[in-house]
Amino acid sequence: MPPANKKKEVLYMKKAVDIIKEYTIFIILIALAIVFAVKNPAFLRTSNILTILRQSCIMGILGMGEMSLIVVGGLNLSMGACVAMSSVLIAILSVHMELPWPVVILLTVLLNIAVGFLTGVIINKTKIVPMIGTMALSTIISGAAYLMCGGLPISGIPDSIKVFYQGSIGFLPVPIILAAVIIIIMGIMFKYTYFGRYIFATGSNREAARLSGINADSVFIAAYTICGAMCGIAGLLMAGRVGSGNPTSGSTLDMDVLSALVIGGVSFLGGEGKVTKAVGGILLITMLTNGLTLAGVNEYVQMVITGSVFLLAVVLDSIQHNSLNLFGIHFKKKA
Amino acid sequence: MENILEIHDLVKTYPGVTALDKFSLEVRRGECHALVGENGAGKSTLIKSIAGAITPDSGTIVFEGKEYSELTPALSKELGIGVIYQEFNLCPPLSVAENIYLGEHLTKGLFQNEKLMNKKAQEILDQFKVENLKASALVRTLPTAYQQLVEIAKTIAKSAKLVIMDEPTAPLTDREVQVLFRIIKELKEKGITIIYISHRLDELYEVADRVTVMRDGCYITTQETKDVTKDQLIAYMVGRELKKNFGRRNTETSEILLETRDLGGNGVKPFSLQLHKGEVLGLGGLVGAGRTEYAQLIFGAARKECGEIYINGEKADIRSPRDAVKAGIGMVPEDRKLNGALLRMNIRENIVLPILKRISNRAGFVNSRQERDITNEEIQALRIKTPSAEQKVNNLSGGNQQKVVLAKWLANDCRVLILDEPTRGIDVAAKQEIYNLINELASKGCGIIMISSDMEELIGITDRMLILYEGKLTGQLERAEYTQEKILTYASGE
Repeated sequence: MPPANKKKEVLYMKKAVDIIKEYTIFIILIALAIVFAVKNPAFLRTSNILTILRQSCIMGILGMGEMSLIVVGGLNLSMGACVAMSSVLIAILSVHMELPWPVVILLTVLLNIAVGFLTGVIINKTKIVPMIGTMALSTIISGAAYLMCGGLPISGIPDSIKVFYQGSIGFLPVPIILAAVIIIIMGIMFKYTYFGRYIFATGSNREAARLSGINADSVFIAAYTICGAMCGIAGLLMAGRVGSGNPTSGSTLDMDVLSALVIGGVSFLGGEGKVTKAVGGILLITMLTNGLTLAGVNEYVQMVITGSVFLLAVVLDSIQHNSLNLFGIHFKKKA
Repeated sequence: MENILEIHDLVKTYPGVTALDKFSLEVRRGECHALVGENGAGKSTLIKSIAGAITPDSGTIVFEGKEYSELTPALSKELGIGVIYQEFNLCPPLSVAENIYLGEHLTKGLFQNEKLMNKKAQEILDQFKVENLKASALVRTLPTAYQQLVEIAKTIAKSAKLVIMDEPTAPLTDREVQVLFRIIKELKEKGITIIYISHRLDELYEVADRVTVMRDGCYITTQETKDVTKDQLIAYMVGRELKKNFGRRNTETSEILLETRDLGGNGVKPFSLQLHKGEVLGLGGLVGAGRTEYAQLIFGAARKECGEIYINGEKADIRSPRDAVKAGIGMVPEDRKLNGALLRMNIRENIVLPILKRISNRAGFVNSRQERDITNEEIQALRIKTPSAEQKVNNLSGGNQQKVVLAKWLANDCRVLILDEPTRGIDVAAKQEIYNLINELASKGCGIIMISSDMEELIGITDRMLILYEGKLTGQLERAEYTQEKILTYASGE
């Protein structure tokens, strides 16, 4: 029967369009890669691709933490400060106190979990706006990092720590393996566990979630705690990357991670986001910096470009959720 | 009489639906013209077209003899069309006068002329002849009914010729409704035309001169209100004869399912209630009498100050909705969109939310097959109209959204179900389905606490009624004793 067939065809077409729409980020990613490769063939060399991946690891891990927060309806602008504080702590524990590396890592991650938990409790109890609250906390944590090291970087991070950023197993860099494992675990958590669903439900409509028998407060605080753990691991990588405990490291991380997530379709309204797309956003931001550098673009011009991409992503996010009339073009609200 | 507004062959399509299908309408100057239809009949789309909020695909709007193919919000306002939506467009932190004259720059030099503004606003408000409505009061301190009056005052101040009211009585108590009707009559005497939209058909006979029925975006008929009966209207609306049928069970038993002892707090003075197996217990009273507040206490959604809750004779320590859900209580909250459904999530995610942990394994992984099966079962059982379980709840009609909220608790096999205004804002056919469902649940041994502002509904479906007034229990009636007068007497605290 031809009409039925045609109907089916239309259905498939619609599905294909939906899929393309859903994963636009990866199409942009590939397109951008082609442009950069044409500009400078070195861009596509295996070594450069591994460099991009390695550079995106810290953001990738932090991004998973921040994603769980944005989805649950929170936000954390103190992640950069936590990373810096962690790198200082690692330096103190490993250089000054000469503790074995597993103990160093354990203590660092535990401290960050505690900080994340506390942040969650404070924001949940006082109902302050997460953005403002964590900005204040960011200053406090930064201050603590400076106090811990007396304002000067502590150099001489041992190889046992450095290996987490600089080492490789076979041809694969250790940080890539670490980030991949974390991203996969978080992806599975979001998609297949009830806890993941609770995070989405709480961010989607907190009161309705609570009235469905979910302990929304616990879910909210748990998301902050997860974010804390991510900061600790990212701090480990940062210490390995810089080779010292530096209280100024990671100062731009918060903004980079946020823009990457928004580009990756994690909505600031809460309750929406996909790990695959978020990873796409993170790769895009890292690739942009890398590609522009290879193409010989001035560092300050790069800042302007990255900022513009962030702005564009936020505007697109807004269009998706509100109908918008922009320069005479009417954008329809997403059904 | 001349027509102030004529609509010819208006068409508006959205992806997948034709919201308006060659719709035509004539509204006479100075009349109160009611517009009725089920949810999804296209009433909102029509209002939005007249208000200029959306652009129709084709057709024309003729206002005072001038023809327009589309209106913009600014043009619509300029022509003298005012719309009072269900959700008010007020700035709560500003005063009543400031709201009324928003955007009108009544200034004295650099500053706003507060004195003049208050004086002019008060003049308008005084026409309403209601007590304690001051132009200088902050809007957020006003009760809902007064906020609505501010909306009306706003349109009058802009010298509106046509005022469209979308479900204006939905948030009002009976007494407030009477005030509104009086004001509508006064507006009519001044030559202002009213388009009045409501789900409560009884009201039309008090307030409307003519009534137009629309169904599936199409014009069905326009009748003089006095010439048409309620049953006829409903028949026009649904396209078939349909009577409210509350059914009659004899399912109540003497077995006590839930009992509260001197439970109080959340603005309610302590009182006790007993809910039997298979019984539908009504909580009556005016809006704000403490019905919702008491339900919240039982469900753990608000902190109790005193009293105990017993389920099956055992004391239940309910401190949060989570405890209540564990004890087998479910609640369909008053505001479906705000607290009931997770609009941005899909049907499946909504329905399984309370049982998610139970259908997960030890490691926390949700059993997706069980999830799918339960969802499909509930979609079929409740006849939720949707292309798939993956549909966002936001895209469903009001009645189907409410069914999703109900399905959530049915999937959890609740023993006690609290229904807070379960039929508010949903169409006649969906209401009937909800009544059937209540009967079915009761006959299965469920205990149901029902809150409703619709007296006919409450009388029809409940076995027993507790009536509240200003946070106090004022009366208790058995079904055999029900009369409207008795209920009203208790509800007004006399």
